[in-house]
Amino acid sequence: MPKVKIKRKNTAIDMTAMCDVAFLLLTFFMLTSNFTQKEPVNVISPSSISEIKIPDTNIMLILVDSKGKVFFGIDGQENRKELLTRMGAAYNTTFSPAEMKEFSLITSFGVSINHMKAFLSMKPEERDLPQNATGIPCDSLDNQFKNWVSIAKAVNKNYRIAIKADQTTAYPVIKKLMGTLQDINENRYNLITSLESSKDFEKL
Amino acid sequence: MSEVTQNNNGKKKGRAKKMSTRVDFTPMVDLGFLLITFFMLATTLSKPQTMEVALPSKEKVSEVDQTKIKASRAVTILLGKDNKVYYYEGTRENDIDPILVPTDFSPKGIRQFLIRKNYDVMVKVRELKAEKDAKKLSEKEFEKRKEEIIGDKKAPIVIIKGTKESSYKSLIDVLDEMAICNIGRYAIIDIAPFDLELLSKKSL
Repeated sequence: MPKVKIKRKNTAIDMTAMCDVAFLLLTFFMLTSNFTQKEPVNVISPSSISEIKIPDTNIMLILVDSKGKVFFGIDGQENRKELLTRMGAAYNTTFSPAEMKEFSLITSFGVSINHMKAFLSMKPEERDLPQNATGIPCDSLDNQFKNWVSIAKAVNKNYRIAIKADQTTAYPVIKKLMGTLQDINENRYNLITSLESSKDFEKL
Repeated sequence: MSEVTQNNNGKKKGRAKKMSTRVDFTPMVDLGFLLITFFMLATTLSKPQTMEVALPSKEKVSEVDQTKIKASRAVTILLGKDNKVYYYEGTRENDIDPILVPTDFSPKGIRQFLIRKNYDVMVKVRELKAEKDAKKLSEKEFEKRKEEIIGDKKAPIVIIKGTKESSYKSLIDVLDEMAICNIGRYAIIDIAPFDLELLSKKSL
């Protein structure tokens, strides 16, 4: 019997096809991506069957965490600068151009206007610490939240109010928030929810 | 690994030797997949859902202008602790309290009651939807006619009231039920002493 001679195979594979696929996928992800916005608190929104998608632009986001702390943010860097200028004027504070720049990069914040300067001088990773992110005061004595909203509306009247609250947030907190918004004649809100996995609502 | 294979032995011949044009693609594929991974992790493919809510404005409405709703049409839903819900129909008449029924958010809970209450509208909407699915109606026309149906004069009016212990999740859930049961008219209002009284009687 002749010895079976194992032929040494060439292990080099043609990578061109794989490269094509990889870059095709890469292009797809690059074009479809909109980056996850960093939020100062982790909020688990309740699920609903609603299928309306939130618009991309002109969003005024109001975040409420499970303890009832309120965070606020608008989109558009120029609008943010304008907002801070006007808000500073209302509370007799002026912000330097460097602080303005810093503020325009923050998607949402949760500090009282009195601590805004200190907040802006912090490192980004320090800002989200619980002792620094105290939430915007929104009680009847010092309702800064109301001013933020009304000034943001004055900056750009097309802003839509989106409320994103945690599912464990107490109802009175939300009710009070909506009450505040009603005071300044803002009666339409988008409540942000996540998609309901399965709800057999078609059954009669 | 990543060198371009060249066969140049230093000997110059009269004719330029054909060089191999094969390039090792492996690093390029590596890079491609690395970037894909990055984009996949950094993107949010699905935009969050929203639910649109409109609240009445807080401007003073004189007693005369306020529409008194018929007790037979009114359904009051109370949101309780731990995602519990209670409902009652009508209001106190001749010193007889309405019956407060405790239920939950399962399909057999509050939904069953609302569907029974709103049966005519449900059936009409279902027929309309079947018509739309059979491509007899345009999307726009469907919305318009649905609006007409759910605004029916005999359809129930739901009043949603949250207690102090209720959570935001309950509110979203109850708004979801409104959408599922095609209830056109509902309002979120503050809880009244009367409701608290009913609740406390129930817990005794």
